Amino acid sequence: MNFALPAFFAALSIAGAVAALSLRNLVHCALALVLAFAGLGGLYVALGAQFAGLAQILVYSGAVAILIVFAVLLVRERDEEQRHPIRWSNSLSGIAVAVLVFIAIARILTSDSSLHRAAPAAPSATIRDIGTMMMGADILPLEIIGLLLTAAMLGAVILALRERNAVKS
Amino acid sequence: MTLDSLLLVSAALFAIGLAGALLRRNAILVLVGIELMLNAANLNFIAFWRFSAHPEAFTGVLFLLFSIAVAAAEAAVGLALIIAIHRHYKTANVDRIDRMKG
Repeated sequence: MNFALPAFFAALSIAGAVAALSLRNLVHCALALVLAFAGLGGLYVALGAQFAGLAQILVYSGAVAILIVFAVLLVRERDEEQRHPIRWSNSLSGIAVAVLVFIAIARILTSDSSLHRAAPAAPSATIRDIGTMMMGADILPLEIIGLLLTAAMLGAVILALRERNAVKS
Repeated sequence: MTLDSLLLVSAALFAIGLAGALLRRNAILVLVGIELMLNAANLNFIAFWRFSAHPEAFTGVLFLLFSIAVAAAEAAVGLALIIAIHRHYKTANVDRIDRMKG
């Protein structure tokens, strides 16, 4: 398998993720998040899962990123984080936890030599095959996902509705 | 690209998302960190599918598609919760949302 393309997309998504969680301006964070999600979508395509990559770009870079931009614009705070600067004692413990988790996972991964193997021949995951599979063996999970999405949509609308007696209190 | 390098990328994404969820005080960015951790798990599905002995079964791809759908539902409900909380408390700072009774 070609090495350069997956490595490029992996680096793109990691850079986007770091930027999304370290920038000050929330709108910049949302745009960096689009970059991270698109990088992951490109990585899926480069690994041979074209349909998964397209779904990733549609759902994450499209829908979820737009949702987050809307939330950022609705939940506008006047320089909230500038008035409450990051406390370094909290930051250090948070970074330490994240680094420790990464080191723990990385040690397990590097100690198992069976994981260090090259990819087999690229499988042909055509959209027709995935569709046949989804409407055949996986029909029950598909229906449940449809129910879940409907319930989530109704729940989100009800949650975001105006509180009924907000004016009185 | 070998399997362990892909899994290392996924572990790095997970650690970045975890650091963001722990460090940032804005509820939206905490949710973004959680989404990134979820995406790290999704990358593992694709990596193990690509390097498995039977990639023609599409198990990893199907699991990823269902996982993306669940994550979309989670993002919608999470952002609606943040908007409702912001309307009530007039803040999205997770340090200042500290009462269960409004």
